[in-house]
Amino acid sequence: MNDTIQRPKRKNPILKTREPTLPPDRRSRNAHGLTRGAAIGRFELQYCVACGKAQYPAREACVECLSIDLEWRQTSGDGELLSDTILRHSQELYFRERAPARFGLVRLDEGVTVIAHLDHRCGQAPQRVRIEAALDRSGQAALVARPAQEKPALSDDPKLRDMTSDPRFRKILVTDAKSAVGQAMVNAALDAGADLVWAGHCEPWRNPPGWSAIAALPKTHLVPLDVTDTRSVNELAAELGFKVDIIINTAEHHRTFGLLNHRGVDGAKGEMETNYFGLLRLAQAFGPVMRARGADGPTSAVAWVNLLSVYALSNFPAHATYSASMAAALSAAQALRAEMRKSGIRVVNVFPGPIDDEWNQLQLPPKLSPAAVARAVVDALKGSMEDVYPGDIARDWLARWRDNPKALERELGQ
Amino acid sequence: MTQSGRSDGATALAMMMAALASGDVRIIDLTQTLSPDFPSIVMPPELGQSRPFRMEEISRYDGRGGGWYWNNLSFGEHTGTHFDAPIHWVSGRDRPNASTDTIPAGDFIAPAVVIDCSAEAAEDADFLLTPDFIKGWEVKHGRIPPCSWLLMRTDWSKKTDPAAYQNFDETGQHTPGPSSSAVKFLLRERDILGFGTETIGTDAGQAAHFQPPYPCHYYMHGAGRYGLQCLTNLDLLPSVGASLIAAPLKILQGSGSPLRVLALAPRLPAGKHHGA
Repeated sequence: MNDTIQRPKRKNPILKTREPTLPPDRRSRNAHGLTRGAAIGRFELQYCVACGKAQYPAREACVECLSIDLEWRQTSGDGELLSDTILRHSQELYFRERAPARFGLVRLDEGVTVIAHLDHRCGQAPQRVRIEAALDRSGQAALVARPAQEKPALSDDPKLRDMTSDPRFRKILVTDAKSAVGQAMVNAALDAGADLVWAGHCEPWRNPPGWSAIAALPKTHLVPLDVTDTRSVNELAAELGFKVDIIINTAEHHRTFGLLNHRGVDGAKGEMETNYFGLLRLAQAFGPVMRARGADGPTSAVAWVNLLSVYALSNFPAHATYSASMAAALSAAQALRAEMRKSGIRVVNVFPGPIDDEWNQLQLPPKLSPAAVARAVVDALKGSMEDVYPGDIARDWLARWRDNPKALERELGQ
Repeated sequence: MTQSGRSDGATALAMMMAALASGDVRIIDLTQTLSPDFPSIVMPPELGQSRPFRMEEISRYDGRGGGWYWNNLSFGEHTGTHFDAPIHWVSGRDRPNASTDTIPAGDFIAPAVVIDCSAEAAEDADFLLTPDFIKGWEVKHGRIPPCSWLLMRTDWSKKTDPAAYQNFDETGQHTPGPSSSAVKFLLRERDILGFGTETIGTDAGQAAHFQPPYPCHYYMHGAGRYGLQCLTNLDLLPSVGASLIAAPLKILQGSGSPLRVLALAPRLPAGKHHGA
């Protein structure tokens, strides 16, 4: 965190709240290779398998040898800033509102030249820079040239901050702040400079370890919220939905019954009520009012975080019904993302592997600490990722799932 | 005599209706409002869970149904003010006519006595009703008539803070209830119809540690008798002389059901307060 971002003034209530504008959002299917990497925080380039050359922008065939055998590979992004310029005028509403903005031509060490947004800490050409693929407010990959050596947060740049969902000075609702992850999330959000955290909690008779300390934190306001109860969700949205800048949905119901070990569907219903219907209730109650504030100044409504599970990708039969509920939640979250994107609000899905809690007691390490999950969420908000796979297990599953979903299905069932 | 018997019944009913109309007989609602916020029973998380009361709108004079408002409800059988049928407990599983659909309807209207333990419960959340306490009460109010509801008044229903109502600490729930010997005494010596409480169960909060565990459930249902819990307004009832209308929903093989519990009680003489 540095001091380039000042605490914004309070909103002038006599001025009309601006409507969100978005950067151009159409790309070819090939160009989405860049988006796929940027979504998880990677810069990938298209390479020709036949001749080994990198190319940009992405194409149907290799510009060098015309082979159609192309693949996307992660690359360092190191390169040379050849020239820089200032954009002062654009026909695109989004860029008009943000002019002047710095752009540069960067010659990557892979031999391709790209146009990139320029971090304000990059001096004038020529100099070494590092290219990152970030997601812009349309959810498209945009290239950003950053200083070659240090790695400052994207959100520390006043212009590039627009691509992030920085928690600083923002008001955050943590839907279940009582769970271990919820408690860690409250702490992490406050550490990241959130203006305040609304700590959702249900079943007031439960007082788990750590909860009293969270409840006593300054800048934390306890709010009753039970995502299984439509009335509770609607009441809270009516009360403060118009002030929420970031929702972090930590509400989760996890049982480890498998499919055949537990007679009846009631345990599964409990998981669906929280993990799937809970998300739906929150979306219907908070989604519309957040969308109206997608361009509400420097502390606009900006992000919606869903704590899902890597089991959403492929069913882990030992936690069968939980996996199914998370797959349902992922599906709903994709729809929510499409709906919220129109207002520039980013839906971030987090796919942790086993978290070190009572429901994963029998899982072998490595297990994620709740604090590590919370850190991953904050990192995603300070950057531009929309799919977050924290920890080794999650990254391993992702790699196996991308490589061969059928193999992963069989491996998880053994 | 048939004629006069019929006429006696008709007369009695007519007198009853007149007494209700005049207020000589009052109707007191002993029911908590079914709402999502009302505490529901807490079980260890790895066990099966009773769903709390939930309500989803079907339509509200809107596009989902133009001119009408209605809801879909979901809840466990043992939610809010509710009735326990004998088959709720393993000890009552082989009793005849022991589920909500087969219990004789005659059992749904019965006299009730109220034992005031409110001072003791205020003093000690784990207060247990004992045979001696009951006998002491009988010295003042007379012997408990057979086939009566025994209602244990604790004023627990006045705890509107759900955390105070549940009253958990690390060693579990602390709420008053009957001792094991009191339940046996009430069944064997007094032949009561059922046991009613203001707390979330008919048993005390710590009753999992009693012998047998949950004695009120174990003995009461084993004897084919009933339970009522999450009652309110018991402080408005006389110690003796009230009758309850407590009819659960007619659920096929139901182990219990939320219900409206109404008490009929004589009007108080001017200046007199109940529970004294």
